[in-house]
Amino acid sequence: MNPLESITGTISAGFVLAIVLVFVIKAIAGA
Amino acid sequence: MDFNFLSLDRWLHIVAGVTWIGLLYYFNFVQAPALAAATADKGGPGGAGITKYVAPRALLWFRMSAAVTWLTGALYLAKNGHLHGAFTLGLMAESGQLYLATIGVGAWLGTIMLFNVWVLIWPNQKKVLGLTPATDEQKAKARRTAFLASRTNTLLSIPMLMCMGSAFHGLPF
Repeated sequence: MNPLESITGTISAGFVLAIVLVFVIKAIAGA
Repeated sequence: MDFNFLSLDRWLHIVAGVTWIGLLYYFNFVQAPALAAATADKGGPGGAGITKYVAPRALLWFRMSAAVTWLTGALYLAKNGHLHGAFTLGLMAESGQLYLATIGVGAWLGTIMLFNVWVLIWPNQKKVLGLTPATDEQKAKARRTAFLASRTNTLLSIPMLMCMGSAFHGLPF
């Protein structure tokens, strides 16, 4: 199911992406 | 007393950014569900007033504040000498990699969002609102494209705001 179809799905996916990006940023920066 | 251009620019960036993302959340959390409810309410007044009087004004402030947000953000990075470093995520930098990676991911997310506003949302909303001529089939397709781009921007705004706040103040974990 596409999370963009619902507001709660969109917001949840946004927070999941944010958490993933913390790891990505730390990996890129070597921190 | 020294004039702090960077502080003024950052202030404008925040004011324009709040205007942009505030209207984005208005479209996603208020206007779109309200129009759906108005369409479903067969005995009600309908959504014509919203599409005629509210949506065009909201879209004007929306796309203009998006442009100002991006320009003031890019100017801030450029004046600090971080424009290249941010957009290359600090991968070629000798120091400050965490700052550049964090603000860089935020800058890329904001840039994708600006693209969505001006290339996907606004031209399609013009068709939906009847500001440019379109058949019913073209309007339905335009409505779907604009909806998905707007929802994508709502999703991307959450990590984008995390990056903007975290670049100076630290990541949440």
